[in-house]
Amino acid sequence: MIRSSCSHSPVGIRANREAPIETSADLVAAEDVLLFVNAAITSTGQREFHSSAGEQSLSLDFLHRYLLGNYRDLYAATLSLDINDHNAVLIARNLLVTTAEADPAQRHTEGRLIARRLALLPPPRVYRLFRELRRAKVNNRRTRAIMRDWLAARPDLAFDAVKYRSAVKVAARHAHLTLGREAGVGGPERELGTFLFAPNRRAAYATPILEAWRRAHYEQAALYELPYTVAEGFAAKHGVPRAVFLERIAPRLTRLERLRLQESARGLEADSVRADLRAMPLTRLASYVLALSLDDRVRQRAELTEALRAAARRTAGEQAGQWGKVVAVLDDSFSSYGSGHKRRRPLAVALACHFLLAALARDYVPLWSSGRSDALLVHPYGATPLGERILDGLERGPERLVIVSDGWDNAPPGLAGEVLRIWRTRLDPGHGCGIVHLNPVYDAADFDVRRLAPTVPTAGIRDAEDLVALVELAQFAEGRTGIAELRAHLARRVEGFLG
Amino acid sequence: MTALTLNGLSSRPAQAWGGVRLVPLVRDEPIEDLRLDARLYEADLGIVELDARTTYSSYIPHGFVATWTGDGTPAAAYGTQLSGAAARDPAPRRMSLRFHRRMARRVDKNRLRFMPLHLALEGYLALHFGGPEIAWEEWSRRAIDHGLSPRVEEAYTGATVRGLADALRVFEILPGQCGVLVYAADALAAAFVVPHPGDYRALHSTLVHDLYGELIHHYAMLSMPVTDFRARIADTSVRSLADLRAQARSQQDAWAAFHDRAMAGGLLEGDYTYQQVHQMGRYRLSRFLPPFERQRENHIGELITDEAGRLAYLKTFRLSENQVRRGHLLTRLAACDWNLPDTAAALGVTESELGLRIAAAGFGSLLRQDVLDRYRAQARR
Repeated sequence: MIRSSCSHSPVGIRANREAPIETSADLVAAEDVLLFVNAAITSTGQREFHSSAGEQSLSLDFLHRYLLGNYRDLYAATLSLDINDHNAVLIARNLLVTTAEADPAQRHTEGRLIARRLALLPPPRVYRLFRELRRAKVNNRRTRAIMRDWLAARPDLAFDAVKYRSAVKVAARHAHLTLGREAGVGGPERELGTFLFAPNRRAAYATPILEAWRRAHYEQAALYELPYTVAEGFAAKHGVPRAVFLERIAPRLTRLERLRLQESARGLEADSVRADLRAMPLTRLASYVLALSLDDRVRQRAELTEALRAAARRTAGEQAGQWGKVVAVLDDSFSSYGSGHKRRRPLAVALACHFLLAALARDYVPLWSSGRSDALLVHPYGATPLGERILDGLERGPERLVIVSDGWDNAPPGLAGEVLRIWRTRLDPGHGCGIVHLNPVYDAADFDVRRLAPTVPTAGIRDAEDLVALVELAQFAEGRTGIAELRAHLARRVEGFLG
Repeated sequence: MTALTLNGLSSRPAQAWGGVRLVPLVRDEPIEDLRLDARLYEADLGIVELDARTTYSSYIPHGFVATWTGDGTPAAAYGTQLSGAAARDPAPRRMSLRFHRRMARRVDKNRLRFMPLHLALEGYLALHFGGPEIAWEEWSRRAIDHGLSPRVEEAYTGATVRGLADALRVFEILPGQCGVLVYAADALAAAFVVPHPGDYRALHSTLVHDLYGELIHHYAMLSMPVTDFRARIADTSVRSLADLRAQARSQQDAWAAFHDRAMAGGLLEGDYTYQQVHQMGRYRLSRFLPPFERQRENHIGELITDEAGRLAYLKTFRLSENQVRRGHLLTRLAACDWNLPDTAAALGVTESELGLRIAAAGFGSLLRQDVLDRYRAQARR
């Protein structure tokens, strides 16, 4: 049972003893939901520094089942929160698999929530979900309707059919769809169906992209009209040199493909593959910077710093400069390397938070756990003396202290917890300084993100972009949250999400 | 006969993972003029440049595989060795290794790797025990001609010690770290010290290829996860941030003192017999043997110290209880010049009892068969 494995709630329900006492069942429910939200924000079922992929997904799967079995409506409502894509897909899948257990009203809300969430997800994830539904033999009316509506809402189904060919085929077959007609693709009726199921039957297609695909089989020039991932296969088939291929496919690259290919293209001197760093999302950009060698980072210091600052300013929006005096304790110990799956993810989150906090605060002091001061050159190294850094931070008398760390405080173990406890109980009982711990890593063994001290709220964080919301939420949750409040909060979120 | 000291090193908070606890040792000042042999590094990893007056020495840990030979076949260094400037020095004492095709491919390209472990331990023991020096009539011809060899001791690779590989993987190497003490279920398994943090980083992961005694293997297998020694600060004494900081610092010192006294006591307070092997410049390579007292920790190992007694290199292996018993028996025999009646008198047992003990310890083949049979007959009576 999950209660015994986590001694306190994820968002720090505790402290305020004067609040009206709900029944313990309510508190348990509230804690469970918050626990689940933290897991759904941070865990992606991938390998982490301290736990394997198997442990992560086993632990996450248990939480999903537990919540689905006990609080189905709250489980569905978490689709409206900033949970990560992996968990959104899992929730959608679990809800669709267990349709029979829901009553009509629940089904209605769930259906809308799922449809809304799927519209926000990247298409490959949704196609993968459809594939899984087929594998699980889930083919109820609601599932088919959701698939039909999602496919109908795709801006260009012919493009999808080329780029995600087998996935679209699986979806069409599973939901009994006649694609050409519903999607309103121009040209002769059911051209899309022919393309998917019997592509060689036609001598020519009326839809340009389908025709380009047909011609690309024997004509090199045609492959540059196709999406990059498809064109890559044709280029290999025609033996096009990589540099030439990259140079000519450059206009068809998506934003993230550009970012991903930029370094290898530079090595091949295909200079038209240039990503606009300033337009990249903050955390993604931080990951990119950390993937560069230290020498490269020094060489491009001005450009990278400017791009990170621009992304941070954009993320901060109108809150920029509103936060007063902020000290951040950022973890760049060896464990922030993450794993081969999530390479340097925890460090990337810390770096992104660093730039975001610099944009938010009027007066900002970053303290890296290694003691380094040049944020652009951070790399995962050394132990985690969090306790000492927190002391350094508190000495500067900040209004807010933000700790970004995986919570493995080991030099010495538990010092951070002791410092925070004594600070709260003896030195700052009036909460003069708001302290928040943001943790990018899900701890599979504890079914939660690892906390530093019970008196300090800890929230899971996936993207630094969510920092503002998380910090506000965590401070609000320093008191005591009951299930009624939580339900109300979720209802508001759901309303905003669907409306 | 002196104790072992960790001169120049201080212990830092332990990092525990499962049943394994690793205690990092940090050097305030790294030793620059004794480094891991350049040939053991990947080609592009340079060694620090020193001025012309300083003599540069290097060491090769026991059992390291590299292509020392001209024809590119891998060989393992035999015993830890000290050498002068790497470029001019001849190839180290080594034993060539024959691998199956698949293994040979894995060791090529000068990769650091400990040699097959039974070889390493056998090497240790062969270095320590030469067999009877006086040909008393009870000893068999083989024992007199060949000593104890071939001796085969069994040990476990680190990879089979449960939790060790994971513990080493998630261990966060400290800045300036030059050594580590490995505990399994809080029993000291091995100590490992190198002169320079760069060497430590290069060698950290080789601890998993290292060898560990049966005792450690069993402890790790059966142990529950060990708990962290968490910092605890009494709130009543804290009135300001400065107090808090002072308390935090004293926690650190208290841990180091506790660790060196209580946890590493078995290693540091032992009474060792040193045997100097080699001297090079200001460094001295020695091997040491424990007193072979039963029912307590016994470590054998090799170390390099400088003229001021500062520890530059250390590698230990903890003997299992059986090995200690055998070592005890051999030392007593050696102390009495391998004379059986004298040894029996010194141990307070009869000669036949001693003979059976020797046989039970696995040294039966050292005694002449008819002598052994006589002892057995006496015992039956």
